[in-house]
Amino acid sequence: MYSQGLNQSDPSSAHTSPEAARFQARIDAEDKIEPNDWMPEAYRRTLIRQISQHAHSEIVGMLPEGNWITRAPSLRRKAALLAKVQDEGGHGLYLYAAAETLGASREELVDQLLAGKAKYSSIFNYPTLTWADIGAIGWLVDGAAIMNQIPLCRCSFGPYARAMIRVCKEESFHQRQGYEIMLTLCRGTPAQKAMAQDALDRWWWPCLMMFGPPDSASQHSDTSMQWKIKRFTNDGLRQKFIDATVPQGLHLGLAFPDPDMRQNAATGHWEHGAIDWDEFKRVVAGGGFCAAERLEARRKAHDAGAWVRDAAAAHAAKRAARQAANPRIAA
Amino acid sequence: MTTTITVAATPLARLALARADDALILGHRLSEWCGHAPILEEDLSLANIALDLIGQARSLYTLAGAVTGHTEDQLAYLRDERQFSNLLLVEQPNGDFALTIARLFLYSAYIDPYWRALGATDSALSDIAAKAEKESGYHLRHSAEWLIRLGDGTEESHRRAQSALDRLFPFTAEMFDPLPDDVAIDPADWTAEVDTILTHATLTRPSPAWQHNGGRAGRHTEHLGHLLAEMQHLQRTHPGATW
Ligand SMILES: [Fe+2]
Ligand SMILES: [Fe+2]
Repeated sequence: MYSQGLNQSDPSSAHTSPEAARFQARIDAEDKIEPNDWMPEAYRRTLIRQISQHAHSEIVGMLPEGNWITRAPSLRRKAALLAKVQDEGGHGLYLYAAAETLGASREELVDQLLAGKAKYSSIFNYPTLTWADIGAIGWLVDGAAIMNQIPLCRCSFGPYARAMIRVCKEESFHQRQGYEIMLTLCRGTPAQKAMAQDALDRWWWPCLMMFGPPDSASQHSDTSMQWKIKRFTNDGLRQKFIDATVPQGLHLGLAFPDPDMRQNAATGHWEHGAIDWDEFKRVVAGGGFCAAERLEARRKAHDAGAWVRDAAAAHAAKRAARQAANPRIAA
Repeated sequence: MTTTITVAATPLARLALARADDALILGHRLSEWCGHAPILEEDLSLANIALDLIGQARSLYTLAGAVTGHTEDQLAYLRDERQFSNLLLVEQPNGDFALTIARLFLYSAYIDPYWRALGATDSALSDIAAKAEKESGYHLRHSAEWLIRLGDGTEESHRRAQSALDRLFPFTAEMFDPLPDDVAIDPADWTAEVDTILTHATLTRPSPAWQHNGGRAGRHTEHLGHLLAEMQHLQRTHPGATW
């Protein structure tokens, strides 16, 4: 998954030094920047923030879907959902590893999350109320994540770009799987179809918000674009997502919860009604419906696991000491 | 419309169902950790093991269903608690990480040699057993490594690991109760394997005063009913629906 509104770069990034000029020339030439290359501090900080927020989103994103693993309605669905949530955890791992190449340790990043100082995608602060939410999340949330992440496969920072290539393959599998859940529900009983419609009604607007505030409200002159961390504007990505998704929803026989939505005959684009940006601001500021539970769940797992991590460290130290004392013995 | 089913079990179906129920219930328990484990790597490992077990359950239910005329989902979602024949050990709640690891270890130390022995016979289950053995070998290694880390880690982890073993040992003898047309595993071999790991872990094998059984006959602890209520609720609420 991806965090909205997180891709503004550090504003204090005007560089005129010769290194900075060479750096920008490499970016302009579509060279990949690697961890040991010279880079402006602001580039490093921007990337650490973006990659870690992306990693946190993957980890917190395990919770709303994890909510249905034990209730999945068939063994095939149970296995697929468990595998999907596991994939999201794997995405978190690659992303923390990519952030570590920039000198930020996973522990320190996780501490920021648990302290409530780091952001994650606010889409995960919405509740999963029915099985259809699992379909809707795969179809829409993973679908939106793909739109955001495909351009990141060409991000100027090598480790992030490479992580995204792997992640995108899995996200598109998740998206198809989610759509297939929706299709099964829509072809099922009236109660199942109603469940699917209700899920679309609840998830549609929050998914449009995943792309971040409208370009007209953008506060920073966007150095992320100049650094090729970001390649499309929020509104541009949102439009791509809507154009790809609306025909899929119509194929399901579902109605989008937007009375103003219509296809522009001249451009072919699907145009949406007004997005409730007040809700977006509230959720990003921590006022999301499940925000408190999500952080509590992460803190609880972290605190309850402290003795396990301590035990692993203590055992490793004892083993190393035994091996040092007697190298011929496998400790 | 199908609601609760009853299964007219042949010896083969009873054997396959018992092994399937063990795998499903343990897999379900392990899946409860996903997103809540002590470290991210363990979220992934426990999910992997849960996926293996759920996969084993699916193959075994499919085989049992071919005999009894049911689908894998009917067998998993439409039998009541008294028809589930899993071991009491695997239905025990996750507890702390030490209990989860000890439960997986005690079961894997039994089931790994069991699948190996069964895979070498010409039983109807031997193909499933041969595949399951590759997975159970990893489950055994993974849980044994953790048990050693916990036992030989800190004072607290040692205490928690020992108390997990004490809590679970009264559920282990049931594993050796014979099922129809089954291969037998010698309890002495299991004990020897367990002792090897416990020695590395500086833990003591408990000698409980008694052992519980009843799971194979559907007499469960109170925990299974809650697990099934949660697991089965959608299938039960929407009878006959396709998911
Ligand atoms: Fe992901
Ligand atoms: Fe995903």
